[in-house]
Amino acid sequence: MSRTTRDDRTGTRLAVTRRQFNLALGASAAALAAPAYLRHAIAAGPLKVGCLAPLSGFFAREGQGCKRGFDLAGPMLADMGMPVEIMIADTESNPDKARTAAEKAISDGAQVLIGTFVSGETAAVAQVAEQRGIPHVINIAAAPQITEQGYKFVFRNFATGPMLVKNGLGLIKELFVATGTTPKTAVFMHVNDTFGTAMQKGVGALFPKMEMPFEIVETIAYDEKAKDLSVEVAKAKATGAEILLPVSHGADAIMLVREMVKQRWEPMGIMTPGSPGVYEQQFYKTLGKYSEYVIANVPWIDPNKAMSKTLAEAFAKAFPDDMLELNVGFSFEALLIAADAHKRAGSADPTALADALRATRIDEHVMVGGPIQFNEKGQNVNIQSATLQNLDRQPKVVLPKASAAAEPVFPMPGWNDPKRA
Amino acid sequence: MSFEFVANVAIGGLLTGLVYALMALGLSVIFGVIRVVNFAHGEMAVLAMFAAFLLHQATGLDPVYAIPAVAAGLFVVGYLMQRHLVAPFVTRPEHEQFILLLAVAVLTTNGLLIVFGPEARGVILDYSFDSYAIGPLIIDKTKAIAAVTAFLAAMGLLLFFRYTRTGKAIRACADNLTGAQVVGMNVQRLYALTFGLGLACVGVAGCLLILIVEATPVLGPELTLLAFIIVIVGGLGSLAGALFGGVLIGMSEALAGIVVSPSMKSMVSFALLIVVLAVRPEGLLGKRRA
Repeated sequence: MSRTTRDDRTGTRLAVTRRQFNLALGASAAALAAPAYLRHAIAAGPLKVGCLAPLSGFFAREGQGCKRGFDLAGPMLADMGMPVEIMIADTESNPDKARTAAEKAISDGAQVLIGTFVSGETAAVAQVAEQRGIPHVINIAAAPQITEQGYKFVFRNFATGPMLVKNGLGLIKELFVATGTTPKTAVFMHVNDTFGTAMQKGVGALFPKMEMPFEIVETIAYDEKAKDLSVEVAKAKATGAEILLPVSHGADAIMLVREMVKQRWEPMGIMTPGSPGVYEQQFYKTLGKYSEYVIANVPWIDPNKAMSKTLAEAFAKAFPDDMLELNVGFSFEALLIAADAHKRAGSADPTALADALRATRIDEHVMVGGPIQFNEKGQNVNIQSATLQNLDRQPKVVLPKASAAAEPVFPMPGWNDPKRA
Repeated sequence: MSFEFVANVAIGGLLTGLVYALMALGLSVIFGVIRVVNFAHGEMAVLAMFAAFLLHQATGLDPVYAIPAVAAGLFVVGYLMQRHLVAPFVTRPEHEQFILLLAVAVLTTNGLLIVFGPEARGVILDYSFDSYAIGPLIIDKTKAIAAVTAFLAAMGLLLFFRYTRTGKAIRACADNLTGAQVVGMNVQRLYALTFGLGLACVGVAGCLLILIVEATPVLGPELTLLAFIIVIVGGLGSLAGALFGGVLIGMSEALAGIVVSPSMKSMVSFALLIVVLAVRPEGLLGKRRA
């Protein structure tokens, strides 16, 4: 006896025997009854990762850096036996758009979210990830509150604001010891957005506790979209401070130094306690010799690690006109973390992935610091900063000694010193 | 707070204000004659900045020397825009004009983003980091050159409207449109010339702006807003008002930076705008409506 059914599209009648029907029924039941891990192992293919970054808008420059990291990670992880399917989405430098992009990525099948670079956007994406139960690996975002919400699906492989400040101030002290020169006064200038304000609060809270050898004589905040910093620099110069501690992004860092040169203000040094801007390609292109000797204390790519060297080679090949910087490194690492968790979980099940992420321990990676591990809040506490100094138009690690590629120079030579040529 | 410190900051504000004033002048010219508010004004300035940047990249030309070419280019853009795009909207409701020019702004910004990407582009010249030291005063050389050029361009425009036949005809259109039509003036052509001149002003300002501000496609709305503040404070439609408004905004922002806080500079501009709107809605140098 046979059962027949009709193929609606072709109109033909298909014959199904009782034996075939029972076999299919049995196979379906067995698949449903199989242990979860086996089911997922059967279903496992490349991990689908929704990579979110501000590719346009105010943070586009940094977002493009993140994208370069995502682009490089695909082939490199495939070579390492951890294939990933990358779905890149633009958050447009806008938290609302970031939230929508996260929702869409999940609807399109993303099994993990990565992003975004901007703290406000990242907080929005983390909320979506937690609500939908999809793991979110933060590549870059420093606002401390993101990992203070008790989220179970959010993991941050970047330093929080207080961590950046603490590491940065510690390295500044180390720099003075290493060079045998200690200034007595500093002026602190910061952009007044979420990041800059968090950094200012961090400095305010940690500065007295860390027994810094100099005094901050004035704190000057400026607008994040300022087109001219002449007043701010004039004010800083008038304090007579010996060093400048700036917290900037990109264009403002350029404006700051340009104004300092024009106003003929030559402090002993310019050193950020933990912000971007001064080690970006645009900074070197625009400022030329005046970009030299500026110092940044930020998490950075360890030039001495094997994986970093592979990443650097791949980067030079893929993006010969761009510069390898921390946005690339951390975005690459975020994908490495997700792929590693997927491999260990043997599954793309969100809970299994989150459990695997919690148990992460990656010793071989690209950034300065210890193994990648997350605490109970989902924060990697092993991230360290490095002291970078612009030497020969590129950022070179000068501290800590173990990762150093050059000796630090402090005080910096004057603007028109022949050494800058 | 020393005198030198305050004087340095005030001079910086004055110089920057003159460049902003020239940009705002274009907006005022267009509104004063055609009665259309150009919501794509900042975007046109950014277009000019990128044009100056490209000329510099291709030939090494100083943006100051690129002014004739860029201004001529923007004049043509303005002339054609008025003739073929804006003219049918001149007699339509204001919200339709608003949407049209906003669409032009969005298209310009996104077009620039497609072509140039989001990266900021600046022009670095031999004198970009130079300054003049006059006693205790330090004057930014780039800003000084930009301000003097802007002032000369503004004076040239004022003289054009005052003494040339075409300038007088345009003023006649602004003062009495019906009268101008009755005596046989080609109003459509004069409107197109006016829009062209407004954008030529923006072209000059764009060449000067790129000396002091890096160009990014997303800068447009900020510049539009700034131009609006300046012309509303100075008096919409008043050429002298635009100049005065630019200098006033430039200097008040600079001095607010030292008296209040640098991060509150913009707030001072908006506060000034609110005060002017409340006390003298026609602007400081604008004509009182009957």
